[in-house]
Amino acid sequence: MTSKKTKAFDEVLPGQALPELAIPITVQLITAGAIATRDYFPGHHDKDAARELGSPHVFMNILTTSGLAQRYVEEWAGPAARFADLKIKLGAPNYPGDTMTFTGEVSGRDEASRTVQVTLKGKNSMGNHVTGTATLVLP
Amino acid sequence: MTEAGAPAARRGALNSEENILAEQEFMPAVRAMVGREYGRVYAWDAVNAPMIRQWCEVMGIDNPLYLDADYAASSEHGGLVAPPAMLQAWCLEGLHMNNYAPGSTDENPYEVLKLLEANGFASVVAVNSDLSFDRYVKLGEKLYYTTRLDAVGDEKTTALGTGYFVTLKMSFFSEKPEGDEQVGQLLFRVFKFRPANPVKPAAEGDSAPAVPKFKRPKPGISDDTRFFWEGCAEGKLLIQRCTACNTLRHPPAPVCSSCHSFDWDSVQSSGKGTIYSFVVMHYPEVPPFDYPNPIGLIELEEGVRLTAGLVGVKRDELAIGQAVQVEFHTFDDELILPLFRPVAQ
Ligand SMILES: [Zn+2]
Repeated sequence: MTSKKTKAFDEVLPGQALPELAIPITVQLITAGAIATRDYFPGHHDKDAARELGSPHVFMNILTTSGLAQRYVEEWAGPAARFADLKIKLGAPNYPGDTMTFTGEVSGRDEASRTVQVTLKGKNSMGNHVTGTATLVLP
Repeated sequence: MTEAGAPAARRGALNSEENILAEQEFMPAVRAMVGREYGRVYAWDAVNAPMIRQWCEVMGIDNPLYLDADYAASSEHGGLVAPPAMLQAWCLEGLHMNNYAPGSTDENPYEVLKLLEANGFASVVAVNSDLSFDRYVKLGEKLYYTTRLDAVGDEKTTALGTGYFVTLKMSFFSEKPEGDEQVGQLLFRVFKFRPANPVKPAAEGDSAPAVPKFKRPKPGISDDTRFFWEGCAEGKLLIQRCTACNTLRHPPAPVCSSCHSFDWDSVQSSGKGTIYSFVVMHYPEVPPFDYPNPIGLIELEEGVRLTAGLVGVKRDELAIGQAVQVEFHTFDDELILPLFRPVAQ
Protein backbone atom coordinates (compact mmCIF):
# COMPACT_ATOMS: atom_id res chain seq x y z
CA MET A 1 0.00 0.00 0.00
CA THR A 2 1.21 3.46 -0.82
CA SER A 3 0.99 5.44 2.35
CA LYS A 4 -1.13 8.52 1.73
CA LYS A 5 1.47 10.69 3.39
CA THR A 6 4.21 11.96 1.12
CA LYS A 7 7.71 12.39 2.50
CA ALA A 8 8.64 16.02 2.99
CA PHE A 9 11.86 17.22 1.39
CA ASP A 10 13.08 18.42 4.77
CA GLU A 11 12.81 14.98 6.40
CA VAL A 12 14.71 13.05 3.73
CA LEU A 13 18.46 12.83 4.19
CA PRO A 14 21.22 11.10 2.24
CA GLY A 15 22.03 7.67 3.64
CA GLN A 16 18.47 6.88 4.68
CA ALA A 17 17.54 3.35 3.65
CA LEU A 18 14.30 2.43 1.89
CA PRO A 19 12.48 -0.60 3.32
CA GLU A 20 13.09 -3.80 1.36
CA LEU A 21 10.43 -5.01 -1.04
CA ALA A 22 10.40 -8.65 -2.16
CA ILE A 23 8.47 -9.34 -5.37
CA PRO A 24 7.76 -12.97 -6.29
CA ILE A 25 8.42 -13.43 -10.00
CA THR A 26 5.65 -15.50 -11.55
CA VAL A 27 4.53 -16.41 -15.07
CA GLN A 28 1.46 -14.34 -14.33
CA LEU A 29 3.44 -11.22 -13.41
CA ILE A 30 5.75 -11.54 -16.41
CA THR A 31 2.98 -12.09 -18.96
CA ALA A 32 0.54 -9.63 -17.45
CA GLY A 33 3.31 -7.04 -17.15
CA ALA A 34 4.29 -7.49 -20.79
CA ILE A 35 0.71 -7.07 -21.99
CA ALA A 36 -0.01 -4.14 -19.65
CA THR A 37 3.01 -2.39 -21.19
CA ARG A 38 1.86 -3.32 -24.73
CA ASP A 39 4.83 -5.58 -25.31
CA TYR A 40 3.78 -8.70 -27.20
CA PHE A 41 7.29 -10.07 -27.80
CA PRO A 42 6.82 -13.88 -27.57
CA GLY A 43 9.64 -14.36 -25.05
CA HIS A 44 7.43 -12.68 -22.43
CA HIS A 45 4.36 -14.90 -22.74
CA ASP A 46 5.25 -18.06 -24.65
CA LYS A 47 7.52 -20.53 -22.88
CA ASP A 48 8.30 -22.45 -26.07
CA ALA A 49 9.25 -19.24 -27.84
CA ALA A 50 11.41 -18.21 -24.89
CA ARG A 51 13.22 -21.56 -25.08
CA GLU A 52 13.78 -21.11 -28.78
CA LEU A 53 15.55 -17.90 -27.81
CA GLY A 54 17.78 -19.74 -25.36
CA SER A 55 15.95 -18.87 -22.13
CA PRO A 56 14.68 -21.53 -19.72
CA HIS A 57 11.31 -19.79 -19.39
CA VAL A 58 9.53 -16.53 -20.14
CA PHE A 59 11.44 -13.53 -18.87
CA MET A 60 10.38 -10.10 -17.62
CA ASN A 61 10.37 -7.19 -20.08
CA ILE A 62 12.17 -3.97 -19.29
CA LEU A 63 8.99 -1.88 -19.14
CA THR A 64 7.67 -4.06 -16.32
CA THR A 65 10.99 -3.66 -14.52
CA SER A 66 10.61 0.12 -14.85
CA GLY A 67 7.09 -0.11 -13.46
CA LEU A 68 8.20 -2.18 -10.48
CA ALA A 69 11.09 0.21 -9.82
CA GLN A 70 8.61 3.08 -9.85
CA ARG A 71 6.42 1.17 -7.40
CA TYR A 72 9.32 0.52 -5.07
CA VAL A 73 10.35 4.15 -4.91
CA GLU A 74 6.87 5.65 -4.64
CA GLU A 75 5.67 3.21 -2.00
CA TRP A 76 8.38 4.74 0.14
CA ALA A 77 8.12 8.36 -1.02
CA GLY A 78 4.34 8.69 -1.05
CA PRO A 79 1.77 9.61 -3.70
CA ALA A 80 2.67 13.26 -4.23
CA ALA A 81 6.38 12.64 -4.86
CA ARG A 82 6.96 13.52 -8.51
CA PHE A 83 9.53 11.59 -10.54
CA ALA A 84 11.90 13.84 -12.45
CA ASP A 85 13.66 10.79 -13.81
CA LEU A 86 13.87 7.01 -13.49
CA LYS A 87 17.04 5.45 -14.83
CA ILE A 88 17.58 1.72 -14.80
CA LYS A 89 20.23 -0.70 -15.97
CA LEU A 90 19.42 -4.36 -16.45
CA GLY A 91 21.47 -7.36 -15.44
CA ALA A 92 20.32 -10.91 -14.70
CA PRO A 93 16.91 -11.78 -16.18
CA ASN A 94 13.81 -12.30 -14.03
CA TYR A 95 12.45 -15.82 -14.53
CA PRO A 96 9.37 -17.41 -12.92
CA GLY A 97 10.00 -19.02 -9.56
CA ASP A 98 12.55 -16.43 -8.51
CA THR A 99 12.11 -13.53 -6.12
CA MET A 100 13.40 -10.05 -6.78
CA THR A 101 14.19 -8.06 -3.67
CA PHE A 102 14.50 -4.31 -3.95
CA THR A 103 16.82 -2.38 -1.66
CA GLY A 104 17.61 1.28 -1.89
CA GLU A 105 18.86 4.37 -0.16
CA VAL A 106 18.79 8.11 -0.48
CA SER A 107 21.94 8.96 -2.39
CA GLY A 108 21.56 12.67 -3.09
CA ARG A 109 19.66 15.80 -2.15
CA ASP A 110 19.46 19.18 -3.86
CA GLU A 111 18.05 22.15 -1.94
CA ALA A 112 17.57 24.38 -4.97
CA SER A 113 15.32 21.97 -6.84
CA ARG A 114 13.94 20.29 -3.69
CA THR A 115 14.84 16.94 -5.23
CA VAL A 116 16.26 13.82 -3.70
CA GLN A 117 17.98 10.99 -5.51
CA VAL A 118 17.31 7.37 -4.62
CA THR A 119 19.67 4.58 -5.66
CA LEU A 120 18.03 1.18 -5.99
CA LYS A 121 18.84 -2.45 -6.70
CA GLY A 122 16.51 -5.34 -7.49
CA LYS A 123 18.34 -8.56 -6.79
CA ASN A 124 17.27 -12.09 -7.70
CA SER A 125 18.98 -15.45 -7.18
CA MET A 126 21.29 -14.81 -10.13
CA GLY A 127 22.42 -11.35 -9.12
CA ASN A 128 21.12 -7.86 -9.76
CA HIS A 129 18.23 -7.85 -12.19
CA VAL A 130 18.16 -4.09 -12.06
CA THR A 131 20.22 -1.23 -10.67
CA GLY A 132 19.24 2.37 -11.02
CA THR A 133 18.39 5.77 -9.69
CA ALA A 134 15.31 7.93 -9.43
CA THR A 135 15.13 11.65 -8.86
CA LEU A 136 12.06 12.82 -6.96
CA VAL A 137 10.64 16.27 -6.41
CA LEU A 138 9.28 16.32 -2.87
CA PRO A 139 6.86 18.78 -1.28
CA MET B 1 10.96 -4.41 -28.59
CA THR B 2 14.33 -5.15 -27.18
CA GLU B 3 14.34 -7.14 -24.02
CA ALA B 4 16.46 -8.29 -21.18
CA GLY B 5 17.78 -11.72 -20.90
CA ALA B 6 17.38 -13.74 -24.01
CA PRO B 7 19.21 -13.99 -27.26
CA ALA B 8 16.72 -13.10 -29.97
CA ALA B 9 17.86 -15.64 -32.48
CA ARG B 10 20.26 -18.44 -33.04
CA ARG B 11 23.92 -17.87 -33.51
CA GLY B 12 24.91 -16.64 -36.93
CA ALA B 13 26.56 -19.17 -39.19
CA LEU B 14 29.44 -16.93 -40.27
CA ASN B 15 32.95 -17.93 -39.44
CA SER B 16 35.35 -15.35 -38.08
CA GLU B 17 37.09 -14.61 -41.38
CA GLU B 18 33.80 -13.94 -43.07
CA ASN B 19 32.79 -11.72 -40.16
CA ILE B 20 35.79 -9.46 -40.67
CA LEU B 21 34.99 -9.07 -44.34
CA ALA B 22 31.34 -8.51 -43.55
CA GLU B 23 32.17 -5.89 -40.94
CA GLN B 24 34.20 -3.90 -43.43
CA GLU B 25 31.20 -3.82 -45.67
CA PHE B 26 28.40 -3.00 -43.27
CA MET B 27 30.00 -0.95 -40.48
CA PRO B 28 30.38 2.18 -42.62
CA ALA B 29 26.67 1.92 -43.32
CA VAL B 30 25.98 1.55 -39.57
CA ARG B 31 28.22 4.51 -38.71
CA ALA B 32 26.57 6.63 -41.36
CA MET B 33 23.24 6.19 -39.58
CA VAL B 34 24.49 7.67 -36.29
CA GLY B 35 22.93 11.05 -35.70
CA ARG B 36 19.92 10.28 -37.87
CA GLU B 37 16.59 11.56 -36.67
CA TYR B 38 13.46 9.54 -37.25
CA GLY B 39 9.95 10.91 -37.54
CA ARG B 40 6.94 10.61 -35.31
CA VAL B 41 5.60 7.35 -33.96
CA TYR B 42 2.12 7.91 -32.56
CA ALA B 43 0.34 6.24 -29.69
CA TRP B 44 -2.62 4.09 -30.72
CA ASP B 45 -4.65 5.35 -27.79
CA ALA B 46 -4.90 8.65 -26.00
CA VAL B 47 -3.80 8.49 -22.35
CA ASN B 48 -6.74 6.78 -20.71
CA ALA B 49 -7.95 5.53 -17.36
CA PRO B 50 -8.59 1.85 -18.24
CA MET B 51 -5.05 1.21 -19.48
CA ILE B 52 -3.66 3.08 -16.47
CA ARG B 53 -5.80 1.09 -14.06
CA GLN B 54 -4.76 -2.23 -15.59
CA TRP B 55 -1.09 -1.25 -15.59
CA CYS B 56 -1.33 -0.27 -11.90
CA GLU B 57 -3.16 -3.51 -11.07
CA VAL B 58 -0.37 -5.61 -12.58
CA MET B 59 2.47 -3.55 -11.10
CA GLY B 60 0.87 -3.59 -7.66
CA ILE B 61 0.58 0.19 -7.57
CA ASP B 62 -2.28 1.82 -5.69
CA ASN B 63 -1.19 5.46 -5.82
CA PRO B 64 -4.44 7.52 -5.90
CA LEU B 65 -2.71 10.01 -8.19
CA TYR B 66 -3.35 7.55 -11.02
CA LEU B 67 -6.60 5.98 -9.79
CA ASP B 68 -8.67 8.35 -7.67
CA ALA B 69 -10.03 11.37 -9.54
CA ASP B 70 -10.85 13.33 -6.39
CA TYR B 71 -7.40 12.87 -4.92
CA ALA B 72 -5.74 13.65 -8.25
CA ALA B 73 -7.79 16.81 -8.69
CA SER B 74 -6.32 18.14 -5.48
CA SER B 75 -2.74 17.29 -6.54
CA GLU B 76 -0.26 19.57 -8.29
CA HIS B 77 -1.36 17.96 -11.58
CA GLY B 78 -5.01 19.02 -11.17
CA GLY B 79 -6.38 15.67 -12.33
CA LEU B 80 -5.62 12.04 -13.04
CA VAL B 81 -2.20 11.42 -14.59
CA ALA B 82 -0.47 8.38 -16.01
CA PRO B 83 2.28 6.65 -14.02
CA PRO B 84 5.56 8.07 -15.34
CA ALA B 85 7.08 4.64 -16.05
CA MET B 86 4.20 4.02 -18.52
CA LEU B 87 5.52 6.68 -20.90
CA GLN B 88 7.08 4.36 -23.46
CA ALA B 89 4.21 1.88 -23.36
CA TRP B 90 1.69 4.37 -24.78
CA CYS B 91 3.54 4.47 -28.09
CA LEU B 92 4.36 0.80 -28.62
CA GLU B 93 2.90 -0.76 -31.72
CA GLY B 94 1.11 -3.59 -29.91
CA LEU B 95 0.32 -7.06 -31.16
CA HIS B 96 1.53 -6.62 -34.73
CA MET B 97 5.19 -5.72 -35.13
CA ASN B 98 5.90 -2.43 -36.90
CA ASN B 99 2.19 -1.69 -37.12
CA TYR B 100 2.31 1.92 -35.99
CA ALA B 101 -0.70 4.12 -35.39
CA PRO B 102 -1.98 6.29 -38.25
CA GLY B 103 0.10 9.40 -38.86
CA SER B 104 3.34 7.66 -37.86
CA THR B 105 6.48 7.88 -39.96
CA ASP B 106 7.18 5.26 -42.62
CA GLU B 107 10.82 5.20 -41.52
CA ASN B 108 11.98 2.49 -39.16
CA PRO B 109 13.65 4.07 -36.11
CA TYR B 110 15.26 0.68 -35.42
CA GLU B 111 16.81 0.23 -38.88
CA VAL B 112 20.32 0.11 -37.40
CA LEU B 113 19.33 -2.93 -35.35
CA LYS B 114 17.96 -4.62 -38.44
CA LEU B 115 21.20 -3.92 -40.29
CA LEU B 116 23.28 -5.39 -37.47
CA GLU B 117 20.94 -8.36 -37.33
CA ALA B 118 21.35 -8.97 -41.03
CA ASN B 119 25.10 -9.11 -40.44
CA GLY B 120 25.07 -11.81 -37.82
CA PHE B 121 24.44 -9.82 -34.63
CA ALA B 122 21.07 -11.42 -34.16
CA SER B 123 20.61 -11.33 -30.40
CA VAL B 124 19.66 -8.35 -28.31
CA VAL B 125 19.43 -7.40 -24.67
CA ALA B 126 18.17 -4.15 -23.25
CA VAL B 127 20.86 -2.54 -21.14
CA ASN B 128 19.62 0.90 -20.10
CA SER B 129 16.29 2.67 -19.88
CA ASP B 130 16.81 6.23 -18.68
CA LEU B 131 13.48 8.02 -18.47
CA SER B 132 13.23 11.69 -17.65
CA PHE B 133 10.00 13.60 -17.32
CA ASP B 134 9.20 17.21 -18.12
CA ARG B 135 5.76 16.68 -16.62
CA TYR B 136 3.27 13.89 -16.03
CA VAL B 137 0.74 13.25 -18.80
CA LYS B 138 -2.99 13.60 -18.20
CA LEU B 139 -6.02 11.70 -19.39
CA GLY B 140 -6.93 12.48 -22.98
CA GLU B 141 -3.46 13.51 -24.15
CA LYS B 142 -2.31 12.14 -27.50
CA LEU B 143 1.36 11.23 -27.44
CA TYR B 144 4.02 10.61 -30.04
CA TYR B 145 7.78 10.26 -29.99
CA THR B 146 10.66 10.99 -32.30
CA THR B 147 13.95 9.10 -32.27
CA ARG B 148 17.57 9.99 -32.69
CA LEU B 149 20.18 7.29 -33.21
CA ASP B 150 22.62 8.68 -30.69
CA ALA B 151 25.54 6.29 -30.76
CA VAL B 152 26.87 2.94 -31.89
CA GLY B 153 29.86 1.91 -29.81
CA ASP B 154 32.97 0.10 -30.89
CA GLU B 155 32.79 -3.65 -31.09
CA LYS B 156 32.76 -5.06 -27.54
CA THR B 157 32.97 -8.56 -26.18
CA THR B 158 31.00 -9.24 -23.01
CA ALA B 159 30.04 -12.44 -21.23
CA LEU B 160 27.06 -12.67 -23.58
CA GLY B 161 28.99 -12.38 -26.78
CA THR B 162 30.47 -9.91 -29.23
CA GLY B 163 28.55 -6.97 -30.58
CA TYR B 164 27.66 -3.31 -30.37
CA PHE B 165 26.03 -1.06 -27.80
CA VAL B 166 23.41 0.99 -29.62
CA THR B 167 21.93 4.09 -27.96
CA LEU B 168 18.65 5.61 -29.08
CA LYS B 169 17.23 8.82 -27.67
CA MET B 170 13.49 9.23 -27.89
CA SER B 171 11.65 12.46 -27.20
CA PHE B 172 8.00 12.17 -26.22
CA PHE B 173 5.50 14.91 -27.05
CA SER B 174 1.87 15.67 -26.36
CA GLU B 175 -0.01 16.92 -29.40
CA LYS B 176 -1.62 20.28 -28.72
CA PRO B 177 -3.51 22.71 -30.98
CA GLU B 178 -1.40 25.55 -29.64
CA GLY B 179 1.84 23.70 -30.27
CA ASP B 180 3.15 20.30 -29.26
CA GLU B 181 4.78 20.03 -25.88
CA GLN B 182 7.65 17.77 -24.86
CA VAL B 183 6.65 15.61 -21.87
CA GLY B 184 9.65 13.34 -21.45
CA GLN B 185 12.69 11.67 -22.89
CA LEU B 186 14.05 8.17 -22.97
CA LEU B 187 17.60 7.06 -23.48
CA PHE B 188 17.38 3.44 -24.52
CA ARG B 189 20.54 1.36 -24.90
CA VAL B 190 20.70 -2.17 -26.18
CA PHE B 191 23.51 -4.63 -26.79
CA LYS B 192 23.14 -6.19 -30.22
CA PHE B 193 25.36 -9.21 -30.32
CA ARG B 194 26.39 -12.59 -31.62
CA PRO B 195 26.05 -15.02 -28.68
CA ALA B 196 29.29 -16.35 -27.22
CA ASN B 197 27.71 -19.71 -26.50
CA PRO B 198 25.52 -21.69 -28.83
CA VAL B 199 21.89 -21.68 -27.77
CA LYS B 200 21.09 -24.64 -25.56
CA PRO B 201 18.59 -27.17 -26.85
CA ALA B 202 14.98 -26.32 -26.09
CA ALA B 203 13.86 -29.85 -25.28
CA GLU B 204 14.85 -30.10 -21.63
CA GLY B 205 11.48 -31.34 -20.50
CA ASP B 206 9.04 -29.41 -18.38
CA SER B 207 10.83 -30.37 -15.19
CA ALA B 208 13.77 -28.14 -16.02
CA PRO B 209 13.96 -25.41 -13.39
CA ALA B 210 13.19 -21.96 -14.70
CA VAL B 211 15.70 -20.31 -12.44
CA PRO B 212 19.25 -21.57 -12.83
CA LYS B 213 20.74 -22.37 -9.45
CA PHE B 214 23.99 -20.57 -8.87
CA LYS B 215 26.30 -22.47 -6.57
CA ARG B 216 29.55 -21.55 -4.93
CA PRO B 217 32.40 -22.31 -7.28
CA LYS B 218 34.16 -25.48 -6.17
CA PRO B 219 37.90 -25.59 -5.64
CA GLY B 220 40.05 -27.52 -8.03
CA ILE B 221 41.30 -30.47 -5.98
CA SER B 222 44.62 -32.18 -6.69
CA ASP B 223 46.70 -34.79 -4.88
CA ASP B 224 48.54 -31.89 -3.22
CA THR B 225 45.42 -30.13 -1.94
CA ARG B 226 43.00 -32.97 -1.23
CA PHE B 227 43.98 -33.23 2.47
CA PHE B 228 43.03 -29.58 2.99
CA TRP B 229 39.48 -29.96 1.65
CA GLU B 230 38.97 -33.29 3.38
CA GLY B 231 40.05 -31.56 6.58
CA CYS B 232 37.47 -28.83 6.02
CA ALA B 233 34.78 -31.48 5.57
CA GLU B 234 35.69 -32.74 9.06
CA GLY B 235 35.81 -29.23 10.52
CA LYS B 236 39.60 -29.19 10.70
CA LEU B 237 41.88 -26.53 9.29
CA LEU B 238 44.92 -28.50 8.17
CA ILE B 239 48.30 -27.06 7.27
CA GLN B 240 50.89 -28.86 5.23
CA ARG B 241 54.16 -29.63 7.05
CA CYS B 242 57.49 -30.72 5.63
CA THR B 243 58.44 -33.90 7.44
CA ALA B 244 62.13 -33.31 6.67
CA CYS B 245 62.52 -29.87 8.25
CA ASN B 246 59.11 -29.25 9.93
CA THR B 247 58.46 -26.06 7.94
CA LEU B 248 54.74 -25.28 7.54
CA ARG B 249 53.47 -24.11 4.17
CA HIS B 250 50.26 -22.84 2.65
CA PRO B 251 48.87 -22.97 0.01
CA PRO B 252 49.72 -26.63 -0.40
CA ALA B 253 52.54 -27.49 -2.76
CA PRO B 254 54.39 -30.66 -3.70
CA VAL B 255 57.80 -29.56 -2.47
CA CYS B 256 59.23 -27.77 0.56
CA SER B 257 60.58 -24.33 -0.33
CA SER B 258 63.08 -24.52 2.56
CA CYS B 259 64.71 -27.91 2.06
CA HIS B 260 63.17 -29.10 -1.25
CA SER B 261 61.89 -32.28 0.32
CA PHE B 262 58.90 -33.97 -1.24
CA ASP B 263 57.87 -35.52 2.05
CA TRP B 264 55.05 -33.98 3.99
CA ASP B 265 52.18 -34.49 6.36
CA SER B 266 49.75 -32.07 7.92
CA VAL B 267 48.97 -30.54 11.31
CA GLN B 268 45.72 -29.12 12.54
CA SER B 269 45.70 -25.36 13.03
CA SER B 270 44.03 -23.81 16.05
CA GLY B 271 42.11 -21.66 13.55
CA LYS B 272 43.14 -18.56 15.46
CA GLY B 273 44.82 -15.76 13.62
CA THR B 274 44.77 -12.12 12.69
CA ILE B 275 43.82 -10.17 9.59
CA TYR B 276 47.10 -9.54 7.75
CA SER B 277 45.31 -7.74 4.93
CA PHE B 278 41.83 -7.60 3.47
CA VAL B 279 39.79 -6.47 0.51
CA VAL B 280 36.07 -5.73 0.19
CA MET B 281 34.60 -6.73 -3.15
CA HIS B 282 31.85 -4.41 -4.40
CA TYR B 283 31.76 -4.84 -8.16
CA PRO B 284 31.03 -6.71 -10.28
CA GLU B 285 28.41 -8.55 -8.25
CA VAL B 286 28.62 -12.22 -9.12
CA PRO B 287 26.05 -14.69 -7.79
CA PRO B 288 25.75 -16.39 -5.36
CA PHE B 289 27.95 -14.13 -3.24
CA ASP B 290 26.57 -11.36 -1.06
CA TYR B 291 27.98 -7.89 -1.52
CA PRO B 292 29.90 -6.06 -0.25
CA ASN B 293 31.99 -9.22 0.07
CA PRO B 294 34.87 -9.00 2.57
CA ILE B 295 37.85 -11.30 2.01
CA GLY B 296 40.80 -11.59 4.35
CA LEU B 297 44.40 -12.66 4.14
CA ILE B 298 44.61 -14.40 7.50
CA GLU B 299 47.86 -14.89 9.36
CA LEU B 300 47.36 -18.00 11.44
CA GLU B 301 49.06 -18.17 14.81
CA GLU B 302 51.09 -21.11 13.48
CA GLY B 303 52.73 -18.61 11.10
CA VAL B 304 51.29 -19.31 7.65
CA ARG B 305 48.77 -17.15 5.82
CA LEU B 306 45.68 -18.12 3.92
CA THR B 307 42.98 -16.33 2.00
CA ALA B 308 39.38 -16.82 3.13
CA GLY B 309 36.03 -15.13 3.32
CA LEU B 310 35.16 -13.07 6.37
CA VAL B 311 31.84 -13.36 8.21
CA GLY B 312 30.21 -11.22 10.84
CA VAL B 313 32.24 -8.15 9.99
CA LYS B 314 31.14 -4.57 9.72
CA ARG B 315 32.87 -2.81 6.85
CA ASP B 316 33.94 0.19 8.89
CA GLU B 317 35.26 -2.00 11.70
CA LEU B 318 37.51 -4.11 9.49
CA ALA B 319 41.12 -3.56 10.46
CA ILE B 320 44.51 -5.07 9.91
CA GLY B 321 45.51 -6.93 13.06
CA GLN B 322 41.92 -7.83 13.99
CA ALA B 323 41.83 -11.21 15.75
CA VAL B 324 39.78 -13.83 13.96
CA GLN B 325 38.71 -17.43 14.47
CA VAL B 326 37.93 -20.00 11.81
CA GLU B 327 34.49 -21.52 11.43
CA PHE B 328 33.26 -23.91 8.79
CA HIS B 329 30.22 -23.14 6.65
CA THR B 330 28.39 -25.54 4.35
CA PHE B 331 27.27 -24.24 0.96
CA ASP B 332 24.81 -25.89 -1.41
CA ASP B 333 24.72 -28.97 0.88
CA GLU B 334 28.04 -30.10 -0.55
CA LEU B 335 30.86 -27.62 -0.11
CA ILE B 336 32.43 -26.86 3.25
CA LEU B 337 34.61 -23.78 3.40
CA PRO B 338 36.66 -22.21 6.18
CA LEU B 339 35.56 -18.66 6.93
CA PHE B 340 36.89 -16.34 9.60
CA ARG B 341 34.95 -14.31 12.13
CA PRO B 342 36.33 -11.44 14.22
CA VAL B 343 36.75 -12.24 17.91
CA ALA B 344 37.84 -10.21 20.90
CA GLN B 345 41.59 -9.73 20.97
ZN1 LIG C 1 61.49 -28.86 4.40
